[in-house]
Amino acid sequence: MIKSIKTWILVGFASLLLVACGQGGGGAGSKKSKTLDNTKKAGFVKCGVSQGLPGFSNADEAGNWTGIDVDVCRAVAAAVLGDADKVKYTPLSAKERFTALTSGEIDVLARNTTWTLSRDADIGLTFVGVNFYDGQGFMVRKNSGINSVNDFKNGISACTNTGTTTELNMRDFFNSKNISYEPIAFEKADEVVAAYDAGRCDTYTTDKSGLAAQRTKMSNPDEHKVLPETISKEPLGPVVRQGDAVWEDIVRWSLNTMIEAEEYGVNSSNASSLKDSENPAIKRLVGSEGELGAAFGLDNDWSLRIIEQVGNYGESYKKHIADTGILPNRGPNQLWTKGGILYVPPAR
Amino acid sequence: MIFKKFNIENKKARDLIPQAITVLALLSVIVYFATNAQINMGNRGISFGFGFLNQEASFDITFSMIEYDGSHSYGRAFLVGLLNTILVSVIGIFFATIMGVIVGVSRLSDNYLIAKVAEWYVEIFRNIPLILQIFFWYFAALRALPLPENGISFYDISFLTIKGWYVPKFIWTNFNIFLLSIIAAFIAIYFINSYATKQREQFGKQIPTLIISFLTLILIPLITFLFLGVSLTFEYPVLKQLSPTVFTYAGGVSIIPELIALALALSMYTATFIAENVRAGILGVGKGQKEAAASIGLNKNQILKLVVMPQALRIIIPPTTNQYLNLTKNSSLAAAIAYPDIVLVFAGTALMQTGRAIEIISITMLTYLTLSISISIFMNWYNKKMAIKEK
Repeated sequence: MIKSIKTWILVGFASLLLVACGQGGGGAGSKKSKTLDNTKKAGFVKCGVSQGLPGFSNADEAGNWTGIDVDVCRAVAAAVLGDADKVKYTPLSAKERFTALTSGEIDVLARNTTWTLSRDADIGLTFVGVNFYDGQGFMVRKNSGINSVNDFKNGISACTNTGTTTELNMRDFFNSKNISYEPIAFEKADEVVAAYDAGRCDTYTTDKSGLAAQRTKMSNPDEHKVLPETISKEPLGPVVRQGDAVWEDIVRWSLNTMIEAEEYGVNSSNASSLKDSENPAIKRLVGSEGELGAAFGLDNDWSLRIIEQVGNYGESYKKHIADTGILPNRGPNQLWTKGGILYVPPAR
Repeated sequence: MIFKKFNIENKKARDLIPQAITVLALLSVIVYFATNAQINMGNRGISFGFGFLNQEASFDITFSMIEYDGSHSYGRAFLVGLLNTILVSVIGIFFATIMGVIVGVSRLSDNYLIAKVAEWYVEIFRNIPLILQIFFWYFAALRALPLPENGISFYDISFLTIKGWYVPKFIWTNFNIFLLSIIAAFIAIYFINSYATKQREQFGKQIPTLIISFLTLILIPLITFLFLGVSLTFEYPVLKQLSPTVFTYAGGVSIIPELIALALALSMYTATFIAENVRAGILGVGKGQKEAAASIGLNKNQILKLVVMPQALRIIIPPTTNQYLNLTKNSSLAAAIAYPDIVLVFAGTALMQTGRAIEIISITMLTYLTLSISISIFMNWYNKKMAIKEK
């Protein structure tokens, strides 16, 4: 009798296992975009942003998110849902961001994230492009007498964030210069700023755009300066989960549309009036020629909505980065036609 | 029929089956989630494995008790974090215990001022969230401490500055011999004590074991210095200029402010709970016990040592074990102020660099579990030793 009950338990257990496997197995590999369907069903784009980096993704007192990273999510929402405001923002720490994306908590990660080989290839992520070309730099006190990274000497202490490429670049840099240093890595940017401001460390290192933005938070911003050298390449861009090629394309081309729109002089105020433009490239951008949206399962006005509701890349940069005084000079983030390196494949 | 048999005749099966079902249900839930996770990870092209532990970590850590730099492996970085967690926990437990006992006894003091100060201390520090206290001590310390060039000097051999507390470095020759002599001294003390106990129990002789033990602990290592070639020199920290206004100290050992602030916050916080345990323990010993001890002619110290404390400890130890466990787990808040503990180094930086969330979080959880269980086992052993031995 005991034996028969045991058998029953075993059978129950085995069938539970089968159910478990069966449920886990579905999903991927189908040609339709599950993420797109889910986004349409939910009515908003699930977007991962930073916990507050002026210019990139920062919430104001009313809880409205702004920044060039935020604009990528807004562009996707405009393309997919027809309304750039239909975005649900999830502030994430550097540590949480990739897990949040791979686990499906968010569908687009637009959080000043550096595109590297291992991140792209190893942990189930795909980078769709670059929306800001950055590089790591150092901030020091103006009165320190340090005018270049060549003035660093053995024993210097450097504050930074954990879980970022900066930690690795810092080591590469100091090793190559043969300088021994004290790395102090905090989890949140606010603590890094506070510790540096108090004098715990001699220099603060992160992406130069970040340095410029954080300098505004110091007790006396004028006492600090950013050294001229750039020690690394930090192409920052939006990221999606691996395995949903359609969704990946939507996010990629939402970003590309903004850049291409600037290239052809299409902006939020003139876009709708350019429907009858003589330039076919412009006509494709505003949806009056071709059937480009169909490739993603979107209507033909998807790109027009992006330009009208979010604006082109130049407008976004001016509003969030230049006019806020973070980096008035566009540097490498200028169009390729104007001496920068912003170059996107043609939308055709 | 079946149930009748199980219920009444077969007690063993009756006891076993519900437990077996529970275990199976639990296992199937775990297997369900594990399988799901594996399939989902497979779909997204994420591999599962612990091979990354051997890869080069390529990030540096401020403070390490073993040799470490970025060219070592993630496994080594894990060890650095683990040792740092253990270090701050041990320091925290040590000071929390001392402060807890002092404050707990002070609360029972007849002196109104002492009792009130102790009470206020407990009420204030017990009721403020620990993370705020950590921030307070850290940023208060950072704001209050001077820059290196104006460091607070202790006889010019040790300096307290915003960048850390620089102390002389010990440079040993034949350290192994010295270590062996310490071990030898402790073995000798053990035998002296058991001999003294025998003498007391058999012949009623009192031997001043405390003084003898103390002398042994000094004399045996001293012999190694005089005759066995052990020597100790110090390397003192020296002020070093890095740029016109940037200074630091070279040489010596730097105790980083993150460690000081964290240990301070953890021990100040946990001490309040231990103080209450101590107070409860002492109050829990019946008045009659002290009076009875006095009536058989024991002096005040003997009453405390032989009658009150053994009984109070029975009440104090179990809840204090909890506090030790709490302190160890609370040390994970270190990440907030950049103390490189296991959470910051391993579950933080290493997790980020490798992206192996499931593996790393599992290892970290297992590590805390192991630490906590080790403390529990030790404290349970100590508790048993102190418990009433009924004859």
